[in-house]
Amino acid sequence: MIKKSYPLLLILLFIGTSVFGKRMYVGPKENYKSITSALEAAKNADSIFVLKGIYQEKNIIMDKSVALIGINYPILDGQGLYEILSIKAPNVTVSGFEIIRCGISSIRDMAAIKVYDTHHVKIINNHIKKAFFGIYLQYSKNCQIQNNVITAKGITEQESGNGIHCWNSSYLQIINNKISGHRDGIYFEFVTHSKIVKNHSFKNMRYGLHFMFSNNDTYEGNRFTENGAGVAVMFSNHVNMFHNYFEKSWGDAAYGILLKEIAEGKIMYNHFSSNTMGVYMEGATNIQMKHNLFEKNGWALKVQASCQNITIEENNFLANTFDVSTNGTLFLSNFQHNYWDKYDGYDLDKNHLGDIPYRPISLFSVILEKNPTTLIMFRSFIAVLLDKTEKNLPSLTPEQLKDEHPRMKPIKWI
Amino acid sequence: MYKIIKHIMADILRNKVILSYTLLLAIASFSIFALEDTSSKGILSMLNVLLMVVPLFSLIFSTIYIYNSSEFIELLLSQPIPRKTIWRSLYFGLSIAMSLAFFLGSGIWILVFQADYLGFMLLLIGLLLTLGFSSIAFLTALLAKDKAKGIGISIFSWLFFAIIYDGIILFLLFQFSDYPIEKLMIFISFLNPIDLARILLLMQLDVSALMGYTGAIFKDFFGTQMGIIISYLCLIMWILVPFKISENIFAKKDL
Repeated sequence: MIKKSYPLLLILLFIGTSVFGKRMYVGPKENYKSITSALEAAKNADSIFVLKGIYQEKNIIMDKSVALIGINYPILDGQGLYEILSIKAPNVTVSGFEIIRCGISSIRDMAAIKVYDTHHVKIINNHIKKAFFGIYLQYSKNCQIQNNVITAKGITEQESGNGIHCWNSSYLQIINNKISGHRDGIYFEFVTHSKIVKNHSFKNMRYGLHFMFSNNDTYEGNRFTENGAGVAVMFSNHVNMFHNYFEKSWGDAAYGILLKEIAEGKIMYNHFSSNTMGVYMEGATNIQMKHNLFEKNGWALKVQASCQNITIEENNFLANTFDVSTNGTLFLSNFQHNYWDKYDGYDLDKNHLGDIPYRPISLFSVILEKNPTTLIMFRSFIAVLLDKTEKNLPSLTPEQLKDEHPRMKPIKWI
Repeated sequence: MYKIIKHIMADILRNKVILSYTLLLAIASFSIFALEDTSSKGILSMLNVLLMVVPLFSLIFSTIYIYNSSEFIELLLSQPIPRKTIWRSLYFGLSIAMSLAFFLGSGIWILVFQADYLGFMLLLIGLLLTLGFSSIAFLTALLAKDKAKGIGISIFSWLFFAIIYDGIILFLLFQFSDYPIEKLMIFISFLNPIDLARILLLMQLDVSALMGYTGAIFKDFFGTQMGIIISYLCLIMWILVPFKISENIFAKKDL
């Protein structure tokens, strides 16, 4: 990843330095011994190069539009007490640092890098370790957070912050970061028109990615593995979720995606593998789910009765313990042309669509919803018998919940 | 003892019923693995064969065999051989032949199509169930002198373990759904070899679903090394205990 970023660094060097401002060097043997002193002397559009070393400078406040560039990953140490970098000016670039031991406070949200009320900030190629909050943005616009590695060893949800925390911001780009061990990997609250692309968020305590009140955002090509839950999208609308990979969200309240009070979302080309629950929806409206792959999940989909107008079409459901589950008898959503590996219908007219409907809810999953302990009876002869009876004479499962013409073969998409 | 075992094995392996059982298992297993489009579906169908057909056949074939060889047993009793030796050789001869039939019928296909931990587990559980239900048959065959009655008892015991027991548990689960009975359920499942086998395989097949809250309690037990060892020991107990009881009865029985 470091290799990949060389061209980018070079570009930054040219744009940031030779064209606009002068270059300054910070290091044990250079003119400036500390970053703070270099910042004091700097003017807008200057570049400050920091050589390898350990810098313990309490809180560094960046209030000028400069580029702060680390060479060979100099270490900024917050000694477990301070917020390390506070960015308060627009057009700031921070890249190539190892930032460790930021302070922990339950009153102030201390972060390794915090961006205050500004715009066009770039935070690139940094390694942030043992931070409370990793990167924190508030009231910021057009910022770019790219290729950072953010790791923490949080013990409890209360004692750890989020990897990338964005609050009241817009037009952000969060690309190719690796985040682990935080409370939420990436947290969005009141963030709009932003993109989250190709990040890997894993082993976070709560969610890999968390949306609250954030509209018109897209996340794409991310991997979420072994988080408390993969992604939680709450109280938001127009969120697009494409090409993501959700894996091993295991636990009682563990989901690949948790949708709560969502409208107008699109969930496409995602891959859900080995989660306790693939997608859980509550109070969702107008959601389109297409071309997703659900594989080896405990429950592929849990659609609560409070959802309406969910279109679930052309998805593949393979080797899930239960395909669909719901909590009521009313179901206002629509299944169309999905492939279900449990379907045992036929296709007489050879149009690759089954001629009889598939009912993805088994009686046993309804029973399980009412009495979870019955899980121990799963796959017993009596459970199979109940399911077969229900399939022929549906009485307890929602009548409308069916795929009229399921696919006979798995759907292939590009 | 070995002579008797050898004789009985040779006798059973020549039996047309056991040959057709082997053939049936072979055809069923092959078609299950070859025709299902995903191997996980194949495993599930295999599970049904394992939990239904294997116990049923083991029970009924063993029971009938004991009744049919009553004259042979009487002949052996007239020889200077201890009763327990006769009974044991009868069991070993029968169970080795049955296990062989299961291995040749299903085992080979399992190993061909699913040569991993899960496949190995299917094979082992199949063998343990074969042995366990043969041993239950040895007990039921001694309970009644009349052949028809004996077969009736063994069919009923299959019905009980395969269906009725689960029905009762499901009923109780709903009756006591307000109480924390998860731990009790673990104990109850030990009382039925078919359930025990099913749960052991469930832990492998549906691991994601079992990570939920209630599932986690079962997973914490059956998913741990200790739990798995205890479960297998318990399956072995289901072989030893009924056989030991039947042996004691046979030793004292007035034939």
